[in-house]
Amino acid sequence: MFSKILIANRGEIACRVIKTARRMGIKTVAVYSDADRDALHVEMADEAVHIGEAPAAQSYLQIDKIVAACKQTGAEAVHPGYGFLSEREAFAQALKDNGIIFIGPNPGAIAAMGDKIESKKAAAAAKVSTVPGFLGIIESPEHAVTIADEIGYPVMIKASAGGGGKGMRIAHSAGEVAEGFARAKSEAASSFGDDRVFVEKFIVDPRHIEIQVLGDKHGNVIYLGERECSIQRRNQKVLEEAPSPLLDEATRRKMGDQAVALAKAVNYDSAGTVEFVAGQDKSFYFLEMNTRLQVEHPVTEMVTGIDLVEQMIRVAYGEKLALKQEDVKLDGWAVESRVYAEDPTRNFLPSTGRLVTYRPPSEGPDGDATVRNDTGVYEGGEISIYYDPMIAKLVTHAATREAAIKAQARALDAFAIDGIRHNIPFVAAVMQHPRWIAGNLSTGFIAEEFPEGFSLPAPEGETAQRMAAIAIACDHKLNQRKRNVSAQMEGWRKVSFDRLRLVQLGAERFEGEVSEQGGAVVIAFPDRSVGVVSDWVPGEPVWHGTLDGVKVAAQVRAVLNGFSLGHAGAYANAQVYTQREAELAALMPEKVAADTGKFLLCPMPGLVKSIAVSVGQEVKAGEPLAMVEAMKMENVLRAEKDVTVAKILAKEGDSLAVDAVIMEFA
Amino acid sequence: MKDILEQLETRRDGARKGGGERRIEAQHKRGKLTARERIELLLDKDSFEEFDMFVQHRCVDFGMEKAEKIPGDGVVTGWGTVNGRTVFVFSKDFTVFGGSLSETHAQKIIKIQDMALKMRAPIVGLFDAGGARIQEGVAALGGYGEVFKRNVAASGVIPQISVIMGPCAGGDVYSPAMTDFIFMVRDTSYMFVTGPEVVKTVTNETVTSEELGGAKVHTTKSSVADGSFENDVEALLQVRRLLDFLPANNTVGVPEWPSFDVPDRVDMSLDTLVPDNPNKPYDIKELILKTVDEGDFFEIQAAYAGNIVTGFGRIEGRTVGIVANQPMVLAGVLDSDASRKAARFVRYCDAFEIPIVTFVDVPGFLPGTAQEYGGLIKHGAKLLFAYSECTVPLVTIITRKAFGGAYDVMASKHVGADVNYAWPSAQIAVMGAKGAVEIIFRGGDAETIARQTKEYEDRFMSPFVAAERGYIDEVIMPHSTRRRIARALAMLRTKSVERPWRKHDNIPL
Repeated sequence: MFSKILIANRGEIACRVIKTARRMGIKTVAVYSDADRDALHVEMADEAVHIGEAPAAQSYLQIDKIVAACKQTGAEAVHPGYGFLSEREAFAQALKDNGIIFIGPNPGAIAAMGDKIESKKAAAAAKVSTVPGFLGIIESPEHAVTIADEIGYPVMIKASAGGGGKGMRIAHSAGEVAEGFARAKSEAASSFGDDRVFVEKFIVDPRHIEIQVLGDKHGNVIYLGERECSIQRRNQKVLEEAPSPLLDEATRRKMGDQAVALAKAVNYDSAGTVEFVAGQDKSFYFLEMNTRLQVEHPVTEMVTGIDLVEQMIRVAYGEKLALKQEDVKLDGWAVESRVYAEDPTRNFLPSTGRLVTYRPPSEGPDGDATVRNDTGVYEGGEISIYYDPMIAKLVTHAATREAAIKAQARALDAFAIDGIRHNIPFVAAVMQHPRWIAGNLSTGFIAEEFPEGFSLPAPEGETAQRMAAIAIACDHKLNQRKRNVSAQMEGWRKVSFDRLRLVQLGAERFEGEVSEQGGAVVIAFPDRSVGVVSDWVPGEPVWHGTLDGVKVAAQVRAVLNGFSLGHAGAYANAQVYTQREAELAALMPEKVAADTGKFLLCPMPGLVKSIAVSVGQEVKAGEPLAMVEAMKMENVLRAEKDVTVAKILAKEGDSLAVDAVIMEFA
Repeated sequence: MKDILEQLETRRDGARKGGGERRIEAQHKRGKLTARERIELLLDKDSFEEFDMFVQHRCVDFGMEKAEKIPGDGVVTGWGTVNGRTVFVFSKDFTVFGGSLSETHAQKIIKIQDMALKMRAPIVGLFDAGGARIQEGVAALGGYGEVFKRNVAASGVIPQISVIMGPCAGGDVYSPAMTDFIFMVRDTSYMFVTGPEVVKTVTNETVTSEELGGAKVHTTKSSVADGSFENDVEALLQVRRLLDFLPANNTVGVPEWPSFDVPDRVDMSLDTLVPDNPNKPYDIKELILKTVDEGDFFEIQAAYAGNIVTGFGRIEGRTVGIVANQPMVLAGVLDSDASRKAARFVRYCDAFEIPIVTFVDVPGFLPGTAQEYGGLIKHGAKLLFAYSECTVPLVTIITRKAFGGAYDVMASKHVGADVNYAWPSAQIAVMGAKGAVEIIFRGGDAETIARQTKEYEDRFMSPFVAAERGYIDEVIMPHSTRRRIARALAMLRTKSVERPWRKHDNIPL
């Protein structure tokens, strides 16, 4: 076996590879950029080599520097992780040329699957089910229309070199095809420098299902079941699971066999993923093959019990696959949430900054489930603007889908992050969504279920009552201590507190009487009593405990005279009052928040690139007002309604905080 | 006999109604609670003992002789407890003659002030009143004077807290002004010496009450108020929280309660708090929240002079005052506003035997004509003076910059701090390396300047030169800050300093 390998990546995937390597007794070398000097993967590796400046193009994408780092440290092989150089044929080749082993497929396989059109041709040749379409070069709009007529509408026009939604057009009629063809062609040319486009059938309500394959250098290929990754936004996966709630055993075998056939056809000799688009009728069509370890590989690992990184290392070393197809058994269900540094309430805009609090739920068994958290960050670390904003991958595994989802919801409740915005409230809300729970998925899920965007859901019903019970228990803990403050009046009874507590939880009200019985705080609501046991103490961001014996976690932050609570995807501030306090609080006027419609606020921390308007200008809804750059993304801020610019407070080059006023309207 | 008892009940009921149902309703409509409702929120349940419920005015001028005599005369006074600890209180009743101050009204307040001072217990005043009762003329003014005098007599002996919960104008403003803390309720309270009408007549300015003396003005511009709250309930419950931090008087020492937080808790994330780039800001409040018990910090003057942070926290269940430069605002520079804000806070802590923990990251004093014309010299001197005269335990942690005179000012060893620690990232020097090189070497080519800058950095941009001289007692790991502070404060509990007799000092006001 290798004695030392280098990981040409950063973040959680670098840490994850290091963990397996360490378990296998292999020494590890990390590489890092200026921005990652203090990163977790650098800390975890046995050695670390600095490879350049913060932007990836000047560090993690520098093939020469990584080859040099291997030579300097004597690393015999390189694991590329995902992204960066993982699917660059040139990288695999460069390593080969330098006698370093690439822990991934051979360059030929990367090349064969790298081009969208070529890979489709290869798939078709391997009798893999492909989307009906024309893979040749389309010459003219007329030609495109002829092809579309043959396939049947709707069709999709796509850039051959494309990705990320660029150069993609959906057309429902001949007219739309003609127009879409021209657009897609010019977009493809400007985005990829390659104007080839192709046309294929557009699948309505598609689901994203992919097959994990694993091959060795001896011609063996097996598949490790599927993953469903239909919950996406802007073609970015958010939730993944294995197996897929759509598939039956027969379909799974059919897809698996085709994936293996394709892998064999290109001499695939590592872990790889064959992506399919599936219709609700279980029809499926080849999409592309990813010749690397996928981000979402942990769900497969959890249900198969197979360490994919270990397998990759072994086959790269030349070992024969020890596993046969019949050894692969799917056990239970695994669900993964990608935790991103982004603000779900502001259209998922990225967020950067210091992780003031980062307390993931504890890994390992949690009742009938298992929790796994793949992460590359730590409390006090920095989410920089240079790289992918993913913080962690939270995976739960249990016997059934229902149990895995419940465990995922609980783990999300116990996941505390402060200092940056993050999407835990969003994934936590999805965990409660009936359509998700029913497994009735499609790639349009987020757009269809959150058409107006996402806002923090307020607690209702059972969830609200649980939160009220937690608020009362927390308040009780504080009150018990207040009884013990020094220098109370002597010669008089100790201060006592009303047992009846009233909770104002957002718009909901609860009343419950508190008492202590044994080690539990019992809260008698009018309809039922709840026994609360917890060792939470003030200052802890996560409340762990049981309500009537059921394990519950919740986010708790102190706010003035109360707590800000988060539980089961619902969020609210809770004020715990005595009856009299509640009566008097009810007299307090409801204050309307200042009208921010009069202002253009900076939606994220960023740099003002340009101001598109001048004072006194009348602007129609939808017209651009300013451009703010954040995370290297240029965000155009548009007028939400017809406005007249009254005052401009920010200027080009200003570095603004979130909610800073950019301009004022009349 | 029974009749007489019933008569008492009837009279009490009458008095408790204050200005009557209609006025109470009007008060509620304005989003305000009544004087008695406020006391209920401030004090422990059923702990209020009212005094002088039947006091009435004696005015016979300008129709007052015919006016209804309302028992209580516009202010409710008495005492009770907050979490079992004695607190005296007076609460202006806007429903009775607009809460205006008459001779008898003043006498009620005076009685409570005298008792609070005699009992060495805090006093809280709740303000919601129209000023002097003009019909009484000089008798009311005399009343004010008596109140003022007692405010001053009690200053530095017992905590005095004022909460402005409605109008507070004219003579009414000076009593709060002489107390330790003023809090305001947003949108329903305002404070000014002369109201908008007079302003209009005298200076021709047109201004609303809110613009002239609302909570926003006084917490951000004038620094008259120490904080503001959303409504009456929030304000009063927060005053209870503040009282939990404060000692009853200047001799008993800070209150204590069992902490849920262990004193030797390490926080590894503090090791990365100070950014590599010395010009990049970081939030000093993170350090404060991660140092004090349970992250519980009561900030004073949060909205004013944000370049310095002041407030109360606890270590091992005992109150400490925290003063910290804030790199997020103006790089944490000391200017006139920040100096005055911190100086007052430091003096408060010293007066009430509250130990002070100071976190230092200060690039110096703010240069410029605006500052110099505004008297930065004397304002800066206030903070220097305040620290120098402290006899309470002083623990100082330098996290990054401690430059120039500001190094001396910020509770340095030289002005009397007891335990001075520095993080390894500390830079204790006269100024930043670039500026120093420009002055020492005056010009040269870029390469020479770079070399000289590097030399200066290597020599002075660390805590070790100061540590060599003993100005720093120890260079500590950031993650052990809480433990180090807790140990230092435990050791310093027996600190005793004698000062020579003097009538009082002459701080540069």
